[in-house]
Amino acid sequence: MNVKRKALRAAFPHTIPIMAGFLFLGIAYGIFMQSKGFFFIWPMLMSMTIFAGSMEFVTVSLLASAFNPLYAYLLTLMVNARHLFYGISMLDTFRGTGRKKPYLIFGMCDESFSILCSTKAPEGVDHGWFCFFVTLLNQCYWVAGATIGGLIGGFLPFELEGIDFVMTALFVVIFLEQWLSQKHHLPAWVGLGASALCLVFFRSDQFILPAMACILILLTVLRKPISRKLEGGETA
Amino acid sequence: MTMTLTQAVITVAAVVLGTMTTRFLPFILFPEGRKTPAYIQYLGKVLPFAVIGLLVVYCLKDVSFLTAPFGIPELLGIAVTAALHLWKRNMLISIAGGTVIYMVLIQVI
Repeated sequence: MNVKRKALRAAFPHTIPIMAGFLFLGIAYGIFMQSKGFFFIWPMLMSMTIFAGSMEFVTVSLLASAFNPLYAYLLTLMVNARHLFYGISMLDTFRGTGRKKPYLIFGMCDESFSILCSTKAPEGVDHGWFCFFVTLLNQCYWVAGATIGGLIGGFLPFELEGIDFVMTALFVVIFLEQWLSQKHHLPAWVGLGASALCLVFFRSDQFILPAMACILILLTVLRKPISRKLEGGETA
Repeated sequence: MTMTLTQAVITVAAVVLGTMTTRFLPFILFPEGRKTPAYIQYLGKVLPFAVIGLLVVYCLKDVSFLTAPFGIPELLGIAVTAALHLWKRNMLISIAGGTVIYMVLIQVI
């Protein structure tokens, strides 16, 4: 018990910055789902089981369109493809964590990843339990936010029409953050350009699969120039 | 909700399965830290940038730019979000500000 409490005490301060963000976004997500006619149980269970913020927002629009689970699965793979690479970087970190390992893998959102790849458990604190509590605390904030949002959504003193825009704003902010972090923007242009073009040529409910294919093909074709720029950018 | 309860549950399950695939696959494929293929490493570096571009377009997929209001509320909302973000660099302020402006625009005008 002492081992766990020590790890919890060491993990908590690292998660404080995430708490504010997750509660805010989680509440926005819960309100968003509530405004689409979903009882608070939905955002609560979805935030618990999916636990991948962007994809949870996208799932709300999937639920509002035609039933197509294969499409939902493929879209999730694409949107969450980055987790593959988080996993690759965490292969060593999670080694030897025993029974906690499946949960660490299950709960590895962007934020937990960013803490765990930049922070080591302090001296005398169990590494596995430290990782466990970072992951668990972050998930608790997110689920709490989504549940609160789902509960209060129906009682807000103003009209919720347009709350959907919280998803657009979220992606615009992530896009900007990524843009500012890079010198070369070819991959971002590929994503925007290929998607916009496919939206022109395909119906709006069908454009995303061709867009994903175009993005993969273009990134593969452009691999040499992009890799060269990435390397150049890192040394510059 | 346009789907039946069963369809909605299956859809959420597909998303959960997709997310779990992306999270567990590396640990299944590279059990003892086998070398990751260079192409996969490359995709890992560039795909996140392209996918967020895709998601921004995805959010705007049902906006009609050829009929009134010509997507002006969306474009203004994005402009406010981006401007706030470049100014304050605070995710919460940018998202809240852009969303409130958008909600006011479509509810009042």
